[in-house]
Amino acid sequence: MDLKDEMQRVRFWVNQIGNFCLRLVWHFVHLLVRSWYLGVGVANVIESYLISSGLLRRYRFIDVGKLRYLAIVVESDDACQISKVIQLLQWLQAFGVKHLCLYDTEGVLKKSKESILAKLKNATLFEEADERDPLLDQKHMTLEFASITDGKEAVAKGGNLLFMKYLKLANSGAEQKEQIFTEANLTEALRAVGYGGPEPDLLLVYGPARCHLGFPAWRIRYTEIIHMGPLKSMRYGSLVKAIYKFTMVRQNYGT
Amino acid sequence: MKNAGIDKAIEILGKLVRFLRKIMIHIISVGPMPDHVAFIMDGNRRFARKNNLSEAAGYRIGLLALISCVKYCSELGVRYVTFYAFSIDNFKRRSDEIQPLMDLFLEYIEGLMKEGSIVSRYGIRVYFQGNLKLFSEPVRLAAENAMLATAHNSKLFLIVCLAYTSTNEIVHAVQESCEEKWGGAILLNENEKNDAESFVKVTDIDKNMYMAIAPEPDILIRTSGDTRLSNFLLWQTTCTYLYFPSSFWPEIGFRHLLWAILNFQRHHQYLTKRKKQG
Repeated sequence: MDLKDEMQRVRFWVNQIGNFCLRLVWHFVHLLVRSWYLGVGVANVIESYLISSGLLRRYRFIDVGKLRYLAIVVESDDACQISKVIQLLQWLQAFGVKHLCLYDTEGVLKKSKESILAKLKNATLFEEADERDPLLDQKHMTLEFASITDGKEAVAKGGNLLFMKYLKLANSGAEQKEQIFTEANLTEALRAVGYGGPEPDLLLVYGPARCHLGFPAWRIRYTEIIHMGPLKSMRYGSLVKAIYKFTMVRQNYGT
Repeated sequence: MKNAGIDKAIEILGKLVRFLRKIMIHIISVGPMPDHVAFIMDGNRRFARKNNLSEAAGYRIGLLALISCVKYCSELGVRYVTFYAFSIDNFKRRSDEIQPLMDLFLEYIEGLMKEGSIVSRYGIRVYFQGNLKLFSEPVRLAAENAMLATAHNSKLFLIVCLAYTSTNEIVHAVQESCEEKWGGAILLNENEKNDAESFVKVTDIDKNMYMAIAPEPDILIRTSGDTRLSNFLLWQTTCTYLYFPSSFWPEIGFRHLLWAILNFQRHHQYLTKRKKQG
């Protein structure tokens, strides 16, 4: 019995030591990963400086016309830094971006809409803008504000509109009912309930991780998604590089 | 004699690689591991062109890469693995491009059903999700048979998205939700219909999605360096870590999965917090 107990105790301690060593190695591996990203971060800062100062030729002339609609996703905890958001918008405005959607999950940017518009010159709400207005000059920008409620909940509202049409066809054949549930009709229904924003060509994510944080699913079918890092470390050069990379992309849309 | 020596060396090297992989898996399993990994298998044709192969050869090598990924995911303890195999948009390709793919699907599905295949060795349940009505009857029947034949397996769930796009999936889920609610709503009078709260809710759409059989993906990997989702899992990827390696799909290896998981672990706390708030 004593020998058995002793063996069990030894096995227990061997396991504990083994687990401890494994944890140590895991932390070491993650330390290596963190060091890698530190190095990449330093290289990005240098590259960003070179781009901003115009030393890198290929970034000097970028055809921003290809970027018809840009979306910016900001981590909600960072979205309170309104001054940073305004600086980013001013860079984009100076760059020539005309139409932009600002998104954060909790709607912090939506609540700060008025103060953002007040601090920006030549910017109006997307819903109120009229492209045909001759007074809109080159640097004019339209802004749309979105949050998580513009995503799945909006689709449910659009779905309810389709449902009302479906109810009216109570006694019709299956074929007529099938014709209600199409992608075109759902797009139209979303527009009717006030969620008809265009599909962005490019989505820039300012946050700790590369994920779109619930940007309306219906609108990002073929959107290029680029992770820019946290908002507090945003750099003009990195912004230019992201837009340049977008202009170089060729899409075949599945063909 | 020389060949036997080389074969022996390759066998030893293979064993060493498998041993090192096991050690790496033990180490990274200390941290949080993903439950569901999704893949966009992009770059088979570009791989073929780069290596002077036919497109069909590119797809075959891509299929081997898919099988390897399933094996690695099984070793890593991933329970759900989803592959974007054929988009509704791909029907726009020429018929001489589509037919070899359909033949490959049929061959692959038949292979899955054989004794000793990866499905039986790893206890894999196979799902083919998407608008399967768009396929010809042989492909559709083969898919349905494969799903029935593997229904008793439960170690790993392999979800192959065929004739799939997210927008089509959403419309289908809205339609199913409406059909479910129709019975109750038809009994209401006009005023009641207008005053009633929304009939269709987000939870109804969620449960009618093709992908309702799996939890939301923890990681989504798209090969070939393109940084878009191409109408794949748009509804399910709110808090999914996106990884866009530049390698073509047939070049994908364990190292890519390892890197994706290490990054998932780095951001796990943040993504879990966001998921709870959503």
